[in-house]
Amino acid sequence: MYRSRRSQLIGIAYLAPALVFVLAFTAYPLVQMTWMSFHSWSLITPAKYVGLANYRRAFADDQFWVSFAFTLKYTAIITPLLIVGGYLLALLTSESSRLRRITRTTVFIPVVIGLGVSSLLWYWLFSTDFGLVNKALTDLGLISKPVLWLGVDADRSNLAIIASVVWKVIGFGMILFVGAIQAIPREITEASLVDGASYWQRVARVVLPLTLRTVLVVTLVSVIGSLLAFDQFYIMTAGQPQNETATSVFYVYLNSFPYLKLGYGAALSIILALTILVFTVVQLLLTRRSHA
Amino acid sequence: MTATVELRRARATGARARTRSGRARYLLGAACITICTVMLLPLAMSVLASVKPTAEAAASPPTYLPHALSLDSYGRLWTYQQGLPTYLANSLGTALLTIAFTLLLTVPAAYALARFPIPGKEVIFVFLLLALIVPYQALLTPMFLMFARIGLTNTLVGLAILHTAIQLPFSLYIMRNSLSAVPRELEEAAVTDGASSWQVLLRVCIPSTKPAIVTVALFAFIMSWNEFLGALVMMSRGSSFTLPLILAAARTETSLGGTDWGMLQAGITISIIPCVLVYLLLQRYYVSGLMSGAVK
Repeated sequence: MYRSRRSQLIGIAYLAPALVFVLAFTAYPLVQMTWMSFHSWSLITPAKYVGLANYRRAFADDQFWVSFAFTLKYTAIITPLLIVGGYLLALLTSESSRLRRITRTTVFIPVVIGLGVSSLLWYWLFSTDFGLVNKALTDLGLISKPVLWLGVDADRSNLAIIASVVWKVIGFGMILFVGAIQAIPREITEASLVDGASYWQRVARVVLPLTLRTVLVVTLVSVIGSLLAFDQFYIMTAGQPQNETATSVFYVYLNSFPYLKLGYGAALSIILALTILVFTVVQLLLTRRSHA
Repeated sequence: MTATVELRRARATGARARTRSGRARYLLGAACITICTVMLLPLAMSVLASVKPTAEAAASPPTYLPHALSLDSYGRLWTYQQGLPTYLANSLGTALLTIAFTLLLTVPAAYALARFPIPGKEVIFVFLLLALIVPYQALLTPMFLMFARIGLTNTLVGLAILHTAIQLPFSLYIMRNSLSAVPRELEEAAVTDGASSWQVLLRVCIPSTKPAIVTVALFAFIMSWNEFLGALVMMSRGSSFTLPLILAAARTETSLGGTDWGMLQAGITISIIPCVLVYLLLQRYYVSGLMSGAVK
């Protein structure tokens, strides 16, 4: 419809604001961060070129590895819970009875509230003396004295936080799985019914294979989200004990802001971004295939 | 013949499945109710704790249900530090600015991408999605330094710019798909009537992509209202705190020495209400946005 040179210019004019915005607020910071990662800089002293020293320092830094390992551990525990749990919930709620639909809507509610706010809510529920978790466990006779859930033992803190995040985001995978399950053509489900397959046989042989791509994509989205975890740890443990529960993003934050080691923080950011990039590329390749 | 036999067998298994499903249905119904209870309980407990009288809200061990109702916790929140109205205005202002920026940038850009013969269009599109592959958590330091230089730290506009940068790829993607699906005949008719491209955008394209616009605005609102780390970095002055920031600060420090749990629950309740309301009202848009944004 618009073919002339003039219309080309009009098109560019419509595109220009977004282009300038992304240049200024995504591309430029990315370039600056890369530059910073090769410098030693603390805002007070001028930046000094140090080559790869910041990167070498990261790999020799115990806390970097503690944070990285802790983030991986958190991701490794929470991902299967979210995917398997989300899938089971999807199987339960993908049928269209009224109760199932209500359940689907209800499970999804925590997804739309903030992670910061849900972390505050669970910070209260898991609080030693004021929390309802200890209160309920005591009343049920399961514990004799209040448990110190958060900030004392890294593994126990991790479990409490994982419980809260599973509650918060399990609906995300569920809703996408429901979409994938409902997209399976009715004839295929009916054909397997005629074959006399039991429910779980049908799930294993028909439903799961036909929704596998969605499962993989949600797994990747979920892994990326977990590797970038921050809010829940900042709020519920503040990294305690001794920064054992400070995740990778938390460690970047600590170096860049309270400690003002800008160059070092930038190098840590780049390492983090490259780690995430591996997963993002796989995710994009998987999602691209759906267009073909 | 074999077909009849198979059909009969299928009916028989179907019937068996049905009687079994009679029992199974009650079990699954019970499972649904249990799940709903587990999901709603933490929220319900927080709302209930927010209306406990001051002494009861601070009790250890805590009570399950309030023994008396009181809005004292909300009263304390109303006047906490700079006062709740300041924090509400900051959160709401940032969210509305984020919606405005996101739409103003992505609607024209998506229109250009969907309709104009621009050289290197695909490359430009991929470049605009740059934020998809670089997590914003990793870009906060340079963003902060830039904002500090140009005076955007501690401003709602600055935080909204950051939130817009986070939200831009998803929004552009949704808008472009939606605009590409508008039938060209509609636009051609308008052009024949002498409408400029700008009038076509306003009178034809925007009205026929309303669902996408609602989806984009909805996601921008929820993200901005809830976002924590970016706000933590950009807003250092108490008077520019958003709701999540002031609540996180209140979890450890209060005037009485200990955490004011009742006030915290009042704040949590107030933060949650807009999200849940908007979600329940616009559920359709939310779910469709999620499907096209995350999976396709």
